[in-house]
Amino acid sequence: MSRTDTTAPAQRSSRGGTADAGERPVGAAHRRGATDVRLAKRRLPRWSSPLVAAGSAALGCGAGAAAGWHNPVQWALLSALLFVAATYVLTAAVEGRRQAGDRVAASLVWVCFLAAVVPLVSLAWTTVRNGSGLISGYFLTHSMGGITNIQPGGGIYHALLGTLEQVGLATALAAPVGLLTGVYLVEYGGGRFAAAVTFFVDVMTGVPSIVAGLFVLSFWNLGLGFGPSGFAGSMALALLMMPVVVRSTEEMLKLVPHELREASLALGVPKWRTIARVVLPTAAGGITTGVMLAVARITGETAPVMLLVFGNPLINPDPFAGAQESLPLYVWNQYKLGNDASVDRAWAGALTLIAFVMLLNLLARAVARWKSPRGTGR
Amino acid sequence: MAKRIDVSGLTAYYGTHRAVDDISLSIEPRSVTAFIGPSGCGKSTLLRTLNRMHEVTPGGRVEGKVMLDEEDLYGPGVDPVAVRRTIGMVFQRPNPFPTMSIYENVAAGLRLNGTKKKKVLDSVVEHSLQGANLWKEVKDRLHKPSSHLSGGQQQRLCIARAIAVQPQVLLMDEPCSALDPVSTLAVEDLIGGLKEQYTIVIVTHNMQQAARISDRTAFFNLAEIGRPGTLVEIDETERIFSNPSAQATEDYISGRFG
Repeated sequence: MSRTDTTAPAQRSSRGGTADAGERPVGAAHRRGATDVRLAKRRLPRWSSPLVAAGSAALGCGAGAAAGWHNPVQWALLSALLFVAATYVLTAAVEGRRQAGDRVAASLVWVCFLAAVVPLVSLAWTTVRNGSGLISGYFLTHSMGGITNIQPGGGIYHALLGTLEQVGLATALAAPVGLLTGVYLVEYGGGRFAAAVTFFVDVMTGVPSIVAGLFVLSFWNLGLGFGPSGFAGSMALALLMMPVVVRSTEEMLKLVPHELREASLALGVPKWRTIARVVLPTAAGGITTGVMLAVARITGETAPVMLLVFGNPLINPDPFAGAQESLPLYVWNQYKLGNDASVDRAWAGALTLIAFVMLLNLLARAVARWKSPRGTGR
Repeated sequence: MAKRIDVSGLTAYYGTHRAVDDISLSIEPRSVTAFIGPSGCGKSTLLRTLNRMHEVTPGGRVEGKVMLDEEDLYGPGVDPVAVRRTIGMVFQRPNPFPTMSIYENVAAGLRLNGTKKKKVLDSVVEHSLQGANLWKEVKDRLHKPSSHLSGGQQQRLCIARAIAVQPQVLLMDEPCSALDPVSTLAVEDLIGGLKEQYTIVIVTHNMQQAARISDRTAFFNLAEIGRPGTLVEIDETERIFSNPSAQATEDYISGRFG
């Protein structure tokens, strides 16, 4: 057998990527010994994965229906199991065990991806379907003043305003402190004090939101005698936000290459200016994203707001005096009333809250992209 | 404006580890002095003690004297920031500031120290870039990000950035080790021109480079890994490479070890 005979199918299979076992002279590799090892092996065609997925889905749903299961979650679980098992058996038979392991890992990732995405899409879809009917200019610009609990109508303006003010104040409190703490830990800290700060930041990360609320309640309201206000809520939200900001700032500053700090110091730039003009701008995108994500997190907090802001059906634009409303509190209160009109309002409020948080996330991404070091491919 | 450096009895530590031990040598003004020696012999550490960058590393600490003309860099009351303004540094890997344009990078030293006049900055930027042989290549894109330049151009940008603050001395820590031969040649030519005005100290692993560009060469060695590095000898480059006084130097430059 000439040399061209053995190389031709190998080339063809590497180009086409499909199985060509039929053309290969069986046992050729054995006769030639170890010097003539074939690199191209039999491979499953590219369309095999979707086909297996479709087949297992059909089989899983069919078997589920035949067995009289009513819950589609059970059907999906059976399909997923069938998909992983079929992938393994098929790949092991055609491609070998190592490739089978690879494909099983990939198919598990796909299953997990679907398990995460399906509830998310379902949640977003349900909220949009139930909530979008009520969303209008009127709904966004009016409060619940003069509307009885079972009456349709009313709006969300007071809650939107309250959330904006409370979250804004909380950010104004927590972001500078968190940012400076992060800078201290990365650029200056190193001793016992820094270790203690890191420890307490970790502890604060784990504080349940209701505990933060109770702390402010006992200190501000019961201790100092102030009444409920947006600002009291802001303080509790700031407590929840601060460790997140510290952590993300720390991580982002650690990513700034040490060479940049040295380059600046070697130019005779003082350390604080190096941090302010070189280190922080380089990390600005990441830090902004971290702060925005922390903001998004506290926007949905309900427990401390319930304790400290108290809730108010009317517009109270002053966060420092008197009870206010906020979006999560509005949703909770309306849902609790339990009649058709109020449940509709709760859905619309939930949709507004989700849209608000999503807007913040998009804004964070835009800022991160705009601020990131240019042209480095990062 | 170039100044002379006299190092005497200098020992540098990282924490408790002694990196270089009892070094004494002189660096002549308006000349290129090369530091050569095997990895770990402390040549970079010694270089970083010359503008007080060594103490930026956690645990870094220095004993002994470094005289810049008549002033001890480690004397009481000496501000390390002022030292670094006088003695500039170029690093092994090009490290332009990624958030800044080419122009802003060169102007960084002045700007970060408070010079704001555009006229002054413009002329300094042009001068420094010309001094670094980079002006012709970048004059049409001064306000583009510095990361768009090639590695060799970035390194020359870093040299321009270092000379923009008009230092007395320029320290270079293996400035060509990350560059291709063409860029290396460009940087070497540049060093040859810069020595008319500056005192230059260069650390290099490339002995041909040391022979090509330096006037004097110092050879460092260490007894074994983990022991501190010591100065073996410092002499005219020609003598070091033709007729060194120490056997270890001859072994090293002829490639018998290291």
